[in-house]
Amino acid sequence: MELIETVKHMFLFIAAKANYWTYVILLMVGLYAMIAKNNLVKKIVGMTIFQTAVILFYVSIGYKKDASIPIVMHGSGHGHAADAAIRAADYINPLPHVLMLTAIVVGVATLGVALALAIKVYKEYGSLEEDEIHKQLRSR
Amino acid sequence: MILPIDLIVLVLVIVSAVAAITVKDLLSASVMLGAYSFLLCLLWTVMGAVDVAFTEATVGAGVSTVFCVSAIFHTTRRTKD
Repeated sequence: MELIETVKHMFLFIAAKANYWTYVILLMVGLYAMIAKNNLVKKIVGMTIFQTAVILFYVSIGYKKDASIPIVMHGSGHGHAADAAIRAADYINPLPHVLMLTAIVVGVATLGVALALAIKVYKEYGSLEEDEIHKQLRSR
Repeated sequence: MILPIDLIVLVLVIVSAVAAITVKDLLSASVMLGAYSFLLCLLWTVMGAVDVAFTEATVGAGVSTVFCVSAIFHTTRRTKD
């Protein structure tokens, strides 16, 4: 019985911060791919995973419990000054969302430049593997 | 945020990220990256970030998959790791 209680507590502890645990795991997966993988396209895939992990962290910061999406419900203005009171606790914080909108677009631009450089490297050396490129560079 | 949906999507996101870097074929890797981006799009929707979700679906999943596939078309799909 005690073991079941311990497992339950552990699960709730992890599940309460599941977004942040996933953020850390994805960050490590991307970093591992960037460092340890031999293929250039695999390294670029790892870079994309790393970027999206940071985006996950920021969107998780902006989240609020029992809050709606950040669109004002009944509009504002139009002479009803008393109705226009907006409680910030009712809406998810939209500032991290807007920042991460820019980060996604910048991430795709980075991906495009990196893949273009990989294509040039392939045209020059005839391979995408890092060790073969190093071998050719040493023999020159 | 609905916790069961959130947990299921988070597990699928990790699985597809690991699959994208372990699979031994670059075309499969880029397709797995596209699946990863669509799962993240689902995750943003669950977390209430709808604007980030549709930007991820069009730019992250659509355009970056096209970039990856065209880069592999210009190079090679074989890889050792």
